[in-house]
Amino acid sequence: MTDTPHVVVVGGGSTGCGIARDLAMRGLDVTLVERGNLTHGTTGRMHGLLHSGGRYAVSDQASARECIEENRVLRDIAAHCVEMTGGLFVQKPDDPDDYFDEKLEGCRECGIPAEVLTAEEAREIEPYLAKDIKRAIKVPDGAIDPFRLCVANAASAQEYGARIEPHAEVVDVLLEDGEVVGIEVEHASGPGKRVHRTPGSTEKIRADYVVNATGAWAGQIGEMAGVEVAVRPSKGVMTIMNTRQVDTVVNRCRPKGDADIVVPHETTCILGTTDEEVEDPDDYPEEQWEVDLMIDTLSELVPILKEARTIRSFWGVRPLYEPPGTGTTDPTDITRDFFLLDHEERDDLPGMTSIVGGKFTTYRMMAEKISDHVCEQFGIDTACRTADEPLPGSEDFSVLRDYMDEFGLRSPIGRRSVQRLGSRADEVLKTGEPNPVVCECEAVTRAEIRDAIEQSGSDLNAVRIRTRASMGNCQGGFCCHRMANELYPQYDEPTAREALDELFQERWKGEVHALWGEQLSQAMLNYALHATTMNRDGDPAAMDGAVDFAAFDGGVGVDASDGETGRSDATAADGGTRRGER
Amino acid sequence: MPIRDDVLVVGGGLAGSIAALSAAEAGASVRLVSYKKSTLRFASGLIDVLGYPNGDGPVSNPYDALSSLPDDHPYSLAGEQAIRDGLDLFDEVTADSYRGSHTDANALVPTYGGTVKPTARYPEASAAGLASDARSMLVVGFRSLTDFDARLVSEHLEAAGVPFEVRGAELSFPEEFRADAKVTRFANALDRDEEIRFAGRSVGAREALAETVKPRLKGVERVGFPSLLGDEHADEVRADLESHLGVDVFEIPMGPPSFPGLRLEDALFAALDDAGVRMSTGNPVVDYEADGDELQAVHVDQKRRKVPYHADEFVLAAGGLVGKGIDSNRSRVREPIFESYVPHPSDRYDWFDTDAFGDHPFARFGVVVDDEMRVLDRNDAPQFANLRAAGAVVGGADGAAEKSSSGISLATGVVAGREAGASI
Repeated sequence: MTDTPHVVVVGGGSTGCGIARDLAMRGLDVTLVERGNLTHGTTGRMHGLLHSGGRYAVSDQASARECIEENRVLRDIAAHCVEMTGGLFVQKPDDPDDYFDEKLEGCRECGIPAEVLTAEEAREIEPYLAKDIKRAIKVPDGAIDPFRLCVANAASAQEYGARIEPHAEVVDVLLEDGEVVGIEVEHASGPGKRVHRTPGSTEKIRADYVVNATGAWAGQIGEMAGVEVAVRPSKGVMTIMNTRQVDTVVNRCRPKGDADIVVPHETTCILGTTDEEVEDPDDYPEEQWEVDLMIDTLSELVPILKEARTIRSFWGVRPLYEPPGTGTTDPTDITRDFFLLDHEERDDLPGMTSIVGGKFTTYRMMAEKISDHVCEQFGIDTACRTADEPLPGSEDFSVLRDYMDEFGLRSPIGRRSVQRLGSRADEVLKTGEPNPVVCECEAVTRAEIRDAIEQSGSDLNAVRIRTRASMGNCQGGFCCHRMANELYPQYDEPTAREALDELFQERWKGEVHALWGEQLSQAMLNYALHATTMNRDGDPAAMDGAVDFAAFDGGVGVDASDGETGRSDATAADGGTRRGER
Repeated sequence: MPIRDDVLVVGGGLAGSIAALSAAEAGASVRLVSYKKSTLRFASGLIDVLGYPNGDGPVSNPYDALSSLPDDHPYSLAGEQAIRDGLDLFDEVTADSYRGSHTDANALVPTYGGTVKPTARYPEASAAGLASDARSMLVVGFRSLTDFDARLVSEHLEAAGVPFEVRGAELSFPEEFRADAKVTRFANALDRDEEIRFAGRSVGAREALAETVKPRLKGVERVGFPSLLGDEHADEVRADLESHLGVDVFEIPMGPPSFPGLRLEDALFAALDDAGVRMSTGNPVVDYEADGDELQAVHVDQKRRKVPYHADEFVLAAGGLVGKGIDSNRSRVREPIFESYVPHPSDRYDWFDTDAFGDHPFARFGVVVDDEMRVLDRNDAPQFANLRAAGAVVGGADGAAEKSSSGISLATGVVAGREAGASI
C-alpha cells in the first residue's frame, strides 16, 4: 500500500476528536463523522472537571494514576482550555474519618499532591463552605472547557489533513465478505459546514478501518455492524448557577453519593451529579427531583447555594461499560476504565474497533491507545505526539497581555476573549473592524462570533459552544438575535431566521429546569422582548396566509378600510416640542 | 406626623401611573410609591391593546375580538369601556406625542426583529413607519450596533409581505465612537447635536448623520432608524433629519434601554406632577397593617426603618414577574407584599410549556380581581375591602402572546384608580 490508509472515526466527542488528531498526526488519512455538533453527546454534557485523580484515589487507583498524569499533560498542551482552580475534598461531621484517611493515603500512593487543611484553612480558600465542616484535603483538581478542548482537537486534526464532518449521522456500517469496509452517513445539510435550509444528502464513505468512538451510542453502531456492544448508559444531572459561589472545585469527602461536587466554570458553577442507568441514551426522563437534589444536598456543603440563582440544568449520559459477566447492579460501582473492543478478535469481524467506557480527563490517553491499535493493524509504528504538541490556541500562552488598547476593547472583555482564544487571539481579534460586544453576559465580541461562524456555518449552537455566547444569566434573551444578525449577509434572511429559532429553542430547553425566582423573572423578560417587542411569535413572515395590510391603520388622514395609503401627515417636520421637556 | 393620603398606589409603571391619575381625577389626594426604575425602560413604548386574541391574528380591530376572551381575562372583567377610557386618558397625557387615536383599527409597526406587530397607539416618532402605508422605505442600521442589521430587517419585512418597497443600509455612524458604544451614546450626541468631524469639516451630529444617509436614499419616501434619535430633544432631532433629508423619518422601537419607553415614562411622570400626585421613589413596600378586612397602611423600607404610609384606598400595581410584583421560589408563586392569592400549579414543571413560544402558564401568573379590580382571596371574596390591583400584577392574560400588555395596564389602571377615588 502506497497511499495512507483511510480511517473513519465515528463520534465527534473528546475521544473521537482525540483519535482523529492522533491518527492524522501520525500521517493517516482520517475522516471523522458526528451526527450532531462536535461535543453533541457526552462531552458537551459534563461538568467540566479536570480530575486530579483524587476522586478515584480510593476506589480505582489505576484510574487515579492516569488522571493525574493526564491532568499534567492537559495543563501543558491545552492551557487555553484549563483553569487550575485547585480542589478540596471536604469532610462534614457525619462523613467517616476512615474514608478521609484512606483518601489522603490513596492520593499519596497515586502520586497526587495532597495536603490536609483545617476547617479554618479551607474556609480561607472558600469562605462559603459550611460552618460545621471538619477539615479538607487539597488536591490539584481544575476546570476544563470541554467544548474548546474538543474543537481544538478537531481543528488540529484538520490542520493535519483530516476531514471533519459534523451533522453526518451514520445510517449504516458497510460490510463486504464479513469485513467492515466503511460507513454510510446522512449529511443533515450536505457535506461540509452546516447550513440551514440546505437539503441533506447521503454518502458512502469507504475505509480501511472504522473506529467506533460513539460512547453511550456505541451499541447502536455495533448493531449496524451485527456485533453486540453492551454499553450501560447512565445519566447524570448538572445544574448551572449564575455566579461562582466557589472558585475551587469542592468535593464531598465520603465514599460515594449523588450531588457531591461543585465545579467553578468560567462565570458559573456547575453542581453535579446523579448516576442512574437508563435504557436509551437519547430518551430518558429529565426530572425535577434531580435538580432539587443537587441544590438541597450540595447546600449542606455550601449553604449559599440554597438561595442562589440557577440558570439551567442539563443531563449527560456516561458510556459505562463492563466486560460481560461482571454483573454489577449499581452503576456507581461500574468501573470508569475504558475498553478497547477489537471486533476482529472478539466477534470475528475485521475492520472495526469500538472504544467504550473511560472518562473525559483521560481522553488523550484513550485516543493514544486506540491510535496505537489502529496503527498496528496497518503495520505503522509512528510514535504518538499528542502529549507533547500543544493544541491550536495553546501554542504560545504568553499572549495574556492587556488587550484593551490593542483591540479597543474594555479590559475585562479583552481579557476574557484572549483567555478563550489563547494563542489564536491575534488571528481572530485583529479584524481591522469595530468589534462590538454581542453577548454581554459572557463578554463575547463580534470577531469571535464571526470566527465561529467561519468554522461551523449557520449553526448557532455550534457558534455558542465555541464562544460561550448565550450561555450566561440571560440565557440568550439579549443576544440570540444578535448572533443571528452576524450570519448576515453571508447567509440569507430565511437561513438566519431559522438558525435563530433553533438556538432560541435550544436555550429554552435547559432553562425550564431553573424556572423560579430570578430566572423565572428573566424568562418572562426574554419572552416579553422576543414576543412583545419583536413579535417573533406572531411573525407574519412565518405564518400561513397573507396579512390584509389595508385593513390596518395606515396613518392619520388615511382611512384604514379603503386600502389607500396616502402620505401621512403624522410626521410633519414642524419640530414640535415634546411634552414635559426639561 | 403620619404620612396619609386618600389613595396610595404601589408601582410607578404604566398601570400605576394611570391608576394614580384616574384616582386624582376623581378628586382624591394620591400618593404613588415606586421602588426600582419602572419596567418601561424594557418596553417598546407601543401601546398594544389586542393583536392576537386566543392565538389568532393579527386582528385589525381589537374591540371586535373582546367577546371571544375568557371570562376571567382582565378585559372581560374591566369591560370595553374601560379600555376606551384608559386610552382616552393615555391620549390626554401624551397629547400629540402619540398617534393612533383617529381609528379603532390597529396599526402594524415594524419591529427590530424584522417583523411587524399590531398596536393601538404608537409614538409620533414611529408614525411614518407604519406597514400599511405604501410609501417606499429605507431602513438604516449602524455597523457597531449588534441588535439590529438593517438589511436583515428589510428582507424580513419583505418576507412578511409588506405592501411597499423596502431596502436596508448598514452605515458607520459619522463619529468615532468606541466599538461597543451604547445607544445612549448615539442618542446623546444627536440630542446635543455635538460638533463632530465629517468630510473634513466640523458639523453637527444631526447634519453629519443625514449626510451619511443621503447617498442611500435613492428616491425612497421614508427612512427608519433604530430608536436612538435623541432623548430629551427627540422631536427636534427627527425634524432636523427630515429637513436635511427631505423625507419622513421614523424610529423602530428597540430593546432595553428603550428610548420610547423612557420618553413615555417622562410623559407619565410629568402628568402625575401636573395632577398633584405625590411621589415617593427608591424604597420598597415590604409590609402592611390591617384592621380586620380593612388595610390601614403599607410599610416602606427606608434604610431598614419601616415607615407606615397610611391611606383609605390602596392600588397594587407593582408589576408581574419582570417587575417583581410577583415572585416565586422552587415550591410556589407569591405576591410578596400582601401575600395575595396567586393561582398556580403546585408542580413548578407545570408552570411552563416546552416550546419557547408555547402557551406558558407563568405568563398568566398574577392576583385575581373582580370587575372593580378588588383583589380576591382563594374563595373569590375581597382580600381587603380597600385593596385593588392593576397592570401586570393582575393574572389571567398572556399579554406577550396576545399583544395586550399595555392595554391591560390602561384598562385595569383606570378601573382601579377610578373605583379607589370614588370610594373616598
